[in-house]
Amino acid sequence: MAEARETLEEPILTGNGGPTDLAAMEPDLLDVEPDQTVASGRRRRSFQFGWWLACGWLILVVGAALLAPILPLWEPGTPDYTNVAGGLSASHPLGGDAIGRDNLSRLIYGARASLLVGLSAVVLGAVIGGLLGIIAGYVGGKVERVLLTLTDATLAFPGLVLLIAAVAVFGASMTVIIVGLAVLSIPTFIRLARATTLVIVQREFVTAARAYGARPMRVMLREVVPNVVLPVAAYGFIMVGVFIVAEGSLSFLGLGIPPPTPSWGSMIAAGRTELLTHPQISLIPAAVMFVTVLSINYVGERTRKRFEVKDSNL
Amino acid sequence: MSAGLAASPAADPTAGATVAAGAPARAPRGRRQRRFAAVVGKRLLHLLIVLLLVTFASFAITDLLPGDAAATVAGENATPEQIAAVRTELGLDRPMIVRYFDWLGGVLTGDLGNSFRTGQPVTEALAQRIPVSFEIAVVAQILALLVAIPLAVYSAYRPGKLIDRSSMAIGFGAAAMPHFILGMVLILLFAGGLSSILPATGFVGFFDDPLGNLKSIILPCLTLMLGEAAVYRQLLRSDMISTLQEDFILMARSKGLSPRRILFRHALRPSSFSLITLAGVNMGRLLGGAIVVEVMFAIPGLGQMVAQAVYDRDYLMLQGGILVIAVSYVVINALIDLLYAALDPRVRRRG
Repeated sequence: MAEARETLEEPILTGNGGPTDLAAMEPDLLDVEPDQTVASGRRRRSFQFGWWLACGWLILVVGAALLAPILPLWEPGTPDYTNVAGGLSASHPLGGDAIGRDNLSRLIYGARASLLVGLSAVVLGAVIGGLLGIIAGYVGGKVERVLLTLTDATLAFPGLVLLIAAVAVFGASMTVIIVGLAVLSIPTFIRLARATTLVIVQREFVTAARAYGARPMRVMLREVVPNVVLPVAAYGFIMVGVFIVAEGSLSFLGLGIPPPTPSWGSMIAAGRTELLTHPQISLIPAAVMFVTVLSINYVGERTRKRFEVKDSNL
Repeated sequence: MSAGLAASPAADPTAGATVAAGAPARAPRGRRQRRFAAVVGKRLLHLLIVLLLVTFASFAITDLLPGDAAATVAGENATPEQIAAVRTELGLDRPMIVRYFDWLGGVLTGDLGNSFRTGQPVTEALAQRIPVSFEIAVVAQILALLVAIPLAVYSAYRPGKLIDRSSMAIGFGAAAMPHFILGMVLILLFAGGLSSILPATGFVGFFDDPLGNLKSIILPCLTLMLGEAAVYRQLLRSDMISTLQEDFILMARSKGLSPRRILFRHALRPSSFSLITLAGVNMGRLLGGAIVVEVMFAIPGLGQMVAQAVYDRDYLMLQGGILVIAVSYVVINALIDLLYAALDPRVRRRG
């Protein structure tokens, strides 16, 4: 149980105060206050419920995106002229967009694009940033200093502006967007992986491996990497949501994944011209995106806490 | 009921007095100043390096463009010799680094070239747009702080109670709400959907019509402030909760001061360092980072200028916009770092 672990750890970390202080010290977003004994049982169940609800939604979205080609859906690109800005009906459960394409089908195919962008950018950024961060943390010295300076410089740019510049120069395509997002996320992954590595290198099993005569490469791959994977993955999970929103922002500006590929962002952007007459065209994909990002944050925040690295090391 | 002011850490109340009186064992004044100067020097050097990188990246945007600028200028039927002549004339045959410093010299004298579309000098366009973005950013920040600070203080005072829980839940939702969705919802609610009390687009200058100006920036500022307020509340609440555990708060309580006075006069200031930092960083980010919101509400600020320049392929405008956004972001961050070092003796000492 996450709660149990935390209440055990806090006094050791802070070194003062009893359980009453802990309730107040606990800064985190979704935390249960252990002092409220009456309500805590109910709240723990409701947390579980919320967590499962969020997970369920994410599984539904991913499942629908994966199964899109075999689901009984309309063609996402083919207009049905009886369905122009159509409301909800039996044949088109979520209605149609401004030129009559089926909203449900576009939503599900859009999930493919949005998730593909989010996931591949995160995987790319996490693998490159994670490895560089481990090297920085393990090797130290000049390598670390150079990497950290580059990291600082990259973080000095406002992200969306850099992304827009990249799209302006290289043109809007899925590859440019994925690579751009990945590049933007590398510095943070470097910092996270480095901070985690610094903690892990202090542990006995690393000392043991070194004493055993293992080369740095082997220690990094066999001892450090497995311990860095979890915090990096947990952070990467939240980044998927951030990237889905970033792709949406680009699409909103007309610089996202180019048509005909539907994405949530481009659906929301396209429906904006009809916002006052047919708000559902924009609002349905907007709601789906919001709920998905919310679920990712909720599940991710909960999971990340278990592998939390103290911020001071970042 | 345990947390906040009601908590009573078992500590000697007199210990609080020394903590409140300031950090123990201060270094002599001269040495402190030298150390502070060293910190400032180091930060300035760092700032210079980052500024060079940032300006170089802005410069590189026009250089990375596909296609040959010389060939474009020379026209369609130009011979290779003519293109080469144009290239020499434009100085494009020189190495990139030489052209960069040449360009940087122009930037420092306020010459960013002219818009490819309208012929307007880029510097002039920037001068018109910076105040607009600045106004939106400042108002959004003030609104966010006005909402976040009372909520955070009360939440820290009574953690786990209704206000704390509900503002936490709403904040969690607000933090997950993209600007383009929130803006759309606000337009639907206030500007044409359910009611039409506010304009959805059309910016009115403050000096033309102060009231109209206020009306035209309400929705964009609301869109920007909600997510920020959520983050600010969370940050200040947790900092405040740890401050309230300190001995000098116990001291203040034992003197019989009212909770309001303790919270706002004694606890707020030492709790607000990270809040000030984050608000400053966000200020820098908002100046140019409000692209989506500026486009959505047709606010003629920096962000909209950048977006428009991308649509028009007006690369000098794009370059100028990105330059200003990136440089102000970097400079504001550096200023906050320094301010932080000046305010918080611990940072100074760490060097």
